[in-house]
Formats: sequence, C-alpha cells, structure tokens
Amino acid sequence: MTDTPVPTAVQGPMSMPWSVRISIVFVALFVIFALFGSLLTPHGFRETSMFDRLLPPGSPEYLLGTDARGRDLLARLVTGAQITLVVAIAGTLIGAVIGSLLGIVAAARRGATEAVIVAAIDVQASLPIIVVALFMLAMFDNSFALFLLLVGLNGWEVYARLMRGATLSAQENGYVTAVRALGASPVRVYLRHVLPNILNVAIVQFTVNLPLTVLLETALSFLGLGVQPPLTSLGQIMSEGRDRLLTAWWLTLMPGALIFCLALSISMIGDWVRDRLDTTLRSEA
Amino acid sequence: MADAGPSDPLLTVNGLSVALPPSGDRAEAVSTVSLEIGRSEVLCLVGESGSGKTVVGQTILGMLPRALTVTAGDVHFEGSRLPPQRDAAYRVLRSAKIATIFQDATASLDPVQRIGTQLDEILEVHGVARAERRARTLETLGSVALKDPERIYRAYPHQLSGGQAQRVVIAAALLLTPSVLIADEPTTALDVTTQAEILALIDRLRKERGLGVLFITHDFGVVADIADRVAVMKDGHVVEQGSAADVLNRPQDPYTQKLLAAAQPRMRHTGQAARDHLLEAEGVSLTYHVGGIFNRRDIRAVRDVSLSVAPGRTVAVVGESGSGKSSLARCLLRLEELDEGAIRFRGTDLTHAKGGALRSFRKAVQVVLQDPYAALNPRQTIRSAVAEGPIIHGIPRAEAYARAEELLVLTGLSVQAADRYPQEFSGGQRQRICIARALAMEPEILIADEAVSALDVSIQAQILDLFADMQRTFGFAMLFITHDLRVARAISDEILVMKAGQVVERGSAEQVLHAPSHAYTRALLQSAPGQGFFSEAGSAA
Amino acid sequence: MTGYILSRLIRAALTLLITVSLVFVFIRFSGDPAAALVPPDAPEEVIEQYRQAMGLDQPLWKQYSGYIGGILQGDFGYSVHTGRAVEDIFLERLPFTLRLGLSALTIALVFGIGLGVVAAIRRGTAIDRIVMGFSVFAFAMPNFLFGLVLILVGALVFQVFLGGADGWVLMPALTLGLAAMGSFARFARSSLLETINAPYVRAAEARGVPFRRRILRHAAPNAAIPLVTLIGLSLGSLIAGSVVTEQVFAWPGVGQLLVRSVATRDIATVQFLVLAVAATMVVANLVVDFLYLVIDPRIRAK
Repeated sequence: MTDTPVPTAVQGPMSMPWSVRISIVFVALFVIFALFGSLLTPHGFRETSMFDRLLPPGSPEYLLGTDARGRDLLARLVTGAQITLVVAIAGTLIGAVIGSLLGIVAAARRGATEAVIVAAIDVQASLPIIVVALFMLAMFDNSFALFLLLVGLNGWEVYARLMRGATLSAQENGYVTAVRALGASPVRVYLRHVLPNILNVAIVQFTVNLPLTVLLETALSFLGLGVQPPLTSLGQIMSEGRDRLLTAWWLTLMPGALIFCLALSISMIGDWVRDRLDTTLRSEA
Repeated sequence: MADAGPSDPLLTVNGLSVALPPSGDRAEAVSTVSLEIGRSEVLCLVGESGSGKTVVGQTILGMLPRALTVTAGDVHFEGSRLPPQRDAAYRVLRSAKIATIFQDATASLDPVQRIGTQLDEILEVHGVARAERRARTLETLGSVALKDPERIYRAYPHQLSGGQAQRVVIAAALLLTPSVLIADEPTTALDVTTQAEILALIDRLRKERGLGVLFITHDFGVVADIADRVAVMKDGHVVEQGSAADVLNRPQDPYTQKLLAAAQPRMRHTGQAARDHLLEAEGVSLTYHVGGIFNRRDIRAVRDVSLSVAPGRTVAVVGESGSGKSSLARCLLRLEELDEGAIRFRGTDLTHAKGGALRSFRKAVQVVLQDPYAALNPRQTIRSAVAEGPIIHGIPRAEAYARAEELLVLTGLSVQAADRYPQEFSGGQRQRICIARALAMEPEILIADEAVSALDVSIQAQILDLFADMQRTFGFAMLFITHDLRVARAISDEILVMKAGQVVERGSAEQVLHAPSHAYTRALLQSAPGQGFFSEAGSAA
Repeated sequence: MTGYILSRLIRAALTLLITVSLVFVFIRFSGDPAAALVPPDAPEEVIEQYRQAMGLDQPLWKQYSGYIGGILQGDFGYSVHTGRAVEDIFLERLPFTLRLGLSALTIALVFGIGLGVVAAIRRGTAIDRIVMGFSVFAFAMPNFLFGLVLILVGALVFQVFLGGADGWVLMPALTLGLAAMGSFARFARSSLLETINAPYVRAAEARGVPFRRRILRHAAPNAAIPLVTLIGLSLGSLIAGSVVTEQVFAWPGVGQLLVRSVATRDIATVQFLVLAVAATMVVANLVVDFLYLVIDPRIRAK
C-alpha cells in the first residue's frame, strides 16, 4: 500500500477561513480596548457616583451604563480586560515554561529524576487546578502574585506529559543518534536538535491552554476568590452584577460576552494554528 | 511483448488508466495497463515504489481511493465486466471471488477481536450457515499449515508472530474458495526464513486450488521463486511483460535489465587478510530493561559478542530482526553502557572513556543509519548538518562549510544542495547526505546500520557503490549491519551471522556464503528469495 | 497482567500519599493547625488537648505519621463553624453533587459521542461543520455565563427560578456537561475517523464486510479505547465545573460547600474536600486502567 503516488496537499499560504479572520480581528480589538479603552470614558474604574446608580447602557456620560455603586461599566470593563489579559498571558507562559522544562528534563535524564517528575504529574493530574487554587487561597492570604502563580500552574502537568513524550520520541530519531556519534554535547543535542523539533507540541498546547487560563481566572474571580477589589477583572464584574441579573442584565452579560468571545476567538485561532503545524509536521515526517 | 498469455484468462485488465488528482507528481497513477491472469497462474507485477502497482490491485478490488479515477479501460472477471469502483455489487465478489492479502498482516486484523470471530464474520456476511462456519474456519486455518488451529482461533492478533498473522490473513482470503488472489507485497515485512515459508505456501495453494494470483512485489528474488509470468511497471506503465523465464533471462527493456542487475550485486574480492585490529569488541553484552517495577523484563539484546575490524576492511553483521545486530552497533558506537565486555580502539580500552578520549573516539568512528528520513534534523540545512561534526571538533566554520560542499559533490550531490533542507530530498539522496556527514569527520571506521534497507533496489545498488567508492578514496574500514545476505555478499570481506544476540557463525565472506557451517546460516541462505535463479546466473556470468 | 495491576495500584497509593503529605506540609506552613481544626469557641484546654493529640510538641516526622494515622482511622477534624465532623457535612451534600455530576456525564456522553459519530460518518458535510463549531462553542463558553443565561431565560420566559435544592437537575446538568459534551464530540469524531481508515477496516472491506458492520464491529470498538481515557480525564473538569455550577444554581452540593469553606477559611473542611477529590480522581483513573484490561486485549497480554 506504500507505493500509491501521494497527491501533494493543496493549501495556499493565505487560505485562512473567515472564522479565523474574524477571531483575529476580535482579539486585536480586545487588546486595543484594554490598552486604549479608557480614552472612551471620562470616569475612572473605581469612581463611584451615588446619583448614577444602575443606569442602563446608552445613558449620557455612561456609554455602557453603571453598576450598583454608580461606577462606570465601560471603565470597569477596560480595567477588567487588562487584568484578564495580563493574567491569561503571564499565567499561560508560567505553566508552559515550567511544564515543558520538567517534561524535557524527565525524558533527557530518565532514572530517578524522571520518576519524581512523573509522580508530580500524577499528583497534579489527580487534583483539578481549581481545587488546588481554592485550597491555597484558604491557607494563605490572597495576593495578586499568589493568584497569578496559581493560575499559571493551570495545565503545567499537560505540558510536562506532552513534552516528555515528544522528547522521548524525538531522541529516538536517527539524527539524534548521528549527532551524538559526531561528539555533540548533551546541551547541544537538546538545544539544537531536540527542542526545535518538539517546540510545535508546546505551541499547540499553548493555544489550547490560553483560553482555559482565561476561563480559570474568570471563574475564580467570579467565585469571589480571584482578583480582589480594589482591582477588578471581568469575572469579578460578573459576580458583582449577578444579584441584579433580572434588573440590570448588562452588568453580567456584557463582561460575560467579552470573556466568551475572547475564549472563542483564541480557540478558533488555536485550532487553525494546530492544523497548520500538524500538516507541516506531516510533510516533514 | 511476445507473450501468449493464458488461453482462458480468469481476470483481464484491458488498457487501464487511472488519473491522479491535479496536484499529483504525475498525471496518471496507471497508464494503459493490460494484464491477464489464468487459472493456477502467478503473475508477478514488479515495480519500485511509486510505480503504480498497488493502484492496479486496488482497481481490481473496486477499492480505489476517492481521489483517483479510472479514465480508460476496464477489468473483466470470468468473462464479465467488473462493477464500477466502490459499487455495492462488489460486496459479493470480494472474498468470494476475488480475495486479497496485504503487506502488513497484523495491521489488517482487528486488534480487539479474536481471530475466530473475524474469520467467522467473513463467512457470516457471505451467507454461510452458522452451523458450518466454525468447522470451515478451523479447516482453513489448518490448510495454511498453522499448527493448533484451535489455539489460533481463540487468539488475538497481537499474540501471533508476523508469519502466523500472514498465514491467518491468507486463510481469511481463502475461506470462501475465491478464484483470484491479489497479494500486495505479502512477504516484504517478514524475515527471509518466514518469507520463504509463505511463498511456498502460496505456491502450494494455487496449485491445489487452481488460484490465479496477482503477486505485487518489488523484489526480483521473490519473482524468480514464484512467478509464471512477469509484468514490470515503471511510472504507471508496463514496460515489459512475458513469461518468467523470458523476462528474467532475456530482459528486453533497459529498466528491467537495470533492476535485475541491481538485485544481484557482484561479490567483491579483496583477498588481503586482516592484520591489525582497528576496532575490537570483546565479550560485549547488553541488556535492556523494560516495564516498571513490577512488570519489569530484561531483554538480553547482545550476549557475549566479540569481533574485530581491521583497517580498510569491511565486516558484515547479518541477522534477522531482533537478532541484536543494531544493539551491537550502538554498543560499538559507545552509545550504550555495556553490562560486560570491552570496546577497544587501536588497542586502547574505551569501554568507559569520557571527555577527551571519547571525543577523539567519536571523531574516528562514524555511523550511517537505516531510515534516511529520520537521520537528518528537518530544521537544519544540509550544509550545517554536514559541517556540524567538524565544527563541534573545533574546525573553523568557513573551513567546515567548504569541506561540506566538497563532500556533497563527492557523494553525488550538487553544491546547491547545501542550502536546502532534508525534506526536499529523496531517500537515496538523503542517504548520500548522511554519508557525507559521516565522512566530514574523516573517520577511520564507518558503521552502517541497515543503511540501504529502506531504499528501492536500484537506489540500493547506487548507495552500495558509493560506499565502495568512498572506501577506496578514503581507506576507512566498515562495519556493515544488514538483514540481507545479498547486500553482505556485495560489500564485505568478512561476515558474522547473529541470532538471538549471539554470533553463531563467522568467517570470510566466501566461506560463510559458500560453505556455511551453522544450520541457521544455511537456513538463511536457502530462504533467500530467487536463490536458485541467481546462483545459476551468478555462476554463468 | 498481575504486574500491570500491581504497578497501577502502587502508583495510585503513592499519588494519594504524596497528596496527603503536601496537604500536611501546607497546613503546617499556614499557622496553628490545632486552632484550625477545633471549633472557634473551644476552650484553651481543648486546643491544648488537640495539640497533644496531634502531637504538635513532637518532632515533625512523628506529627506526620500521626497525621497519616488519623486520616487512616477516619479522623478528619471538625468544621470551624458548625463544630460537626467534616465527613458528616460532606456526606450530607454528596447526593446532590452525585445527582448533578452523573446527569451531566450522561448528557455529555450520549450527546457528545452521538454528535461525534455523526460528524465522522458525514465527514466534510454541513453537519460535520456544525458539530465542530458546536464543540468550539462549548469549549469556550464559561459555565457561569451559560448558567446565568439559562437562569435569565427561565425567569423572563417561563417565570421560574431554575436553581436551588428543589430545582430541576436538567439545567445545572446541562451547564456542567456542556464543555465535556463538546470535547467528547470532538474526540469521538477524530478517533472514529482514524479507525475508519485503519488498515484492518480497509481489510474488512476487501473481505466483503458491509459499511455499517465495518463501523459497528471494527471502527467503533477500536475508537472507543482512547475515549475511555478521555472520560476518566473529564472527571477532573466535571469536578472543577461543579464548583462553579453549584454556585450559580445555588445547588447545595459539595462544590458549594468547598467555595463557602474557602471563603470562611474552614481549613478542616477544605482539607477534607481536597483529599476527597484526589481520592475520587485516583480511583477513577484506576477504574480507567482496569477498564483497559477488559476492552483492550493487548494490555491483558502485558
């Protein structure tokens, strides 16, 4: 069955589906909104006004309305978007770096090192990160740094497991044997020959993990156990608006829609990136 | 094409053309191919990878992939035209009239179902009564010379050896007494001794049952053993067709001649005796540990192997899969820590060498591996791959690059190749690059681990020639690891035969090939396909 | 096979032991565990008693073995607020969480796998694209948003509150199961697509086995094998999701208890719940490993 002439894949470099284009535009708008959105409103996100409570969207001066303490929802959403972005990106990077390093080290060193790392992966896999985070938040004072670290740990064990597997199989490749036989040092072997060929695995996982981190951060903040006042995040705004769901729906649904659209857009882009990387992997195999 | 063909053909392929999708590397997978298969006849369809031979088989079975379309010609079976591709009417033909067996027998069995269930299913879907099925399945399992059919009936595919799985697949094909069997490279994945048994089985069955067999293969040795008639395919065309005797003895087409010549490499005669020891192994043993704490198993890959390679000489290590020959290569390359034994280079014990001593050992001992597709880092240009060794050993970059380009030219590639990536090269070209990479270190000994096994036979011959050329130019010694006695014959001065981790026979190539002392070596030699034909042709030449 | 079972059991026990030890270490780091484990109004003597009972005056390793011993005997401490044994509070709430979780899992399995199978068989059609679109939607949808939207719709359109202990389980279960449904659909699709084109399915075709039977007898059982792992893994996200979902729907389950205990720093309860989650996950993974023995003959051979 091996000798059927294989038709080479037809896929232009620019064949990007419209859903992905829209997603990219949305993510770009979200970032612009977070960076420059404060220009749209004269109010600060902590500024209360006893006379302007629970104004609906479209009110003069308050484009998106106000909350129960008369704070401008637009200003709060801008700050919430900033915090959500920072936590999502920083958090995802923390997990990616820690997990990937541990995975590669486990595969490269084998023996006791590997056993310890695999046990750690098992332990983490038996505890959903939200439970770990809740445990830690019960034990220690909630600080932004601790919260960031906990969100960052989200999914580290997945990176570790994937990168360990990828490294184990990459180091079986003939070119690793050949380069070792040339006399290359282990550092050179892993940095120049193994890592570049398994990086795709981490990148793909990054695109899966990023929306999950957004969802974890917003969920914890929604529970009131994440970002604490006076800072705010999209999840926290939702949680504050929740009690007035029926009367002031905008306080809940607007941040909710932002979170959903952000996670959706990142997933769409991520899927597309994954498909592209998979085909390049296949053509190299 | 002076081929009479069978007088009363079972199956006729008339001017068949199959188009590839527009993005393919050529317009047609198969171009105006005509074939005939008679009762009790084996027609061998021979070709290298990409020749379109498998597509012919798929068309006859009505299982052409959707991307491919029949553009001209038709197939007639027992006088009537076969239904269109993938038509429902094929259901009653497949297995019942036209059966097929595949290259990878284990993969063509459902891993989670017992053999008995899978064979029973074939009878069931073709309407055989339940009462009859079990007895008939067991009988067919027995008829393909499987011992203990009852046990096989209850077994899962992973519990069978490769040879047993192929027998089961043949039994599955013959359950319903079809009249045509399409066998697509059915023995390629097997060891030579098993291959010989399966070929004998197919030969016996077609005689007993009057089967017409379309045997698809790349191996002229197999052709010589089993074919009544031969059709040679190249780039979708049948370039030559005729009786086996005619095609093998008086090939008309230059491509056939080239393939035949490549299938029978000449034996080399160096004559000089070994004097010094360059690389020596003494009592080397290696055990792999697999599994966890409780299901830990030890695999003794290499047991007490000693060997010595003299400067400028070539030693072949021959063995079937699992014989430990590749593990031995890893030991000799100092890529594994030995359980026991010693590795010496120019008399210096390097078994536990580290640092500088190991570095200079690495410079002197180089390797070329089996799979040319995995042997080059896909993210490294050819120049940087070939120059990497010298750069590691402190040669200035510019000098290393210049040397790399020289070597690429020397190994039959162009200077332009240097800027490209491995993906842009064919298997044969990649193997040339790997050889250039090894030679860049100016090694004293080159270890080639199945370095030509993954290549088409005509490319194989070219790469073997390249090894010989380079050896003449640079004077390095070689340790050539292979499963193929023909390759060993072509390249070596001495031969070691390995089985289950041990060396069972050693001696000069002449001695091992013509007067083997160990029973296993004799079995290997006798199993080599096309043995009768080629040894005659060899002595005549 | 005995080796396989034994190594899985040891691994599971080891995982639990490490988790318990980590919990021990963190509790030690965060203040006086005796004060945390007794009711707040307990007199000083009781705390002192506890200190001695827990051996806080002992060397660390003795404290550690005492801690492990206590857990093995089922002594998990008392809630700060009610003064009741935490396992009693837990058991009271467990039925709610089980009802919610099992309903969610059932919805996710039935609809997720069903959608995935349909998408795989109708590959490349509009149905396939809709299913794939749905799976991305389900993945990206925060469960708290989905739950709130359901509540809003229920209140505005049907004039009912879709939450609380007496509420209908369907809506919270749908909220909780949505993400898992999406990932089951996606995974079932890709898994089945792989086995539909597997050599043994092609071989069955060449042997005259009809399409339906090839799917049901050969492609589907083989595709189900990796799905078992995914179902085991999805338990983690179900537990995580139930924490949020119970909060949204005011569902009096274990998740709600956990959030409440964290907010009120009820350490004994939190500690117990963490261990309970870990034990559940470890047992679930064991079940998955042993299920493999049943469905995959290749593992049995090891």
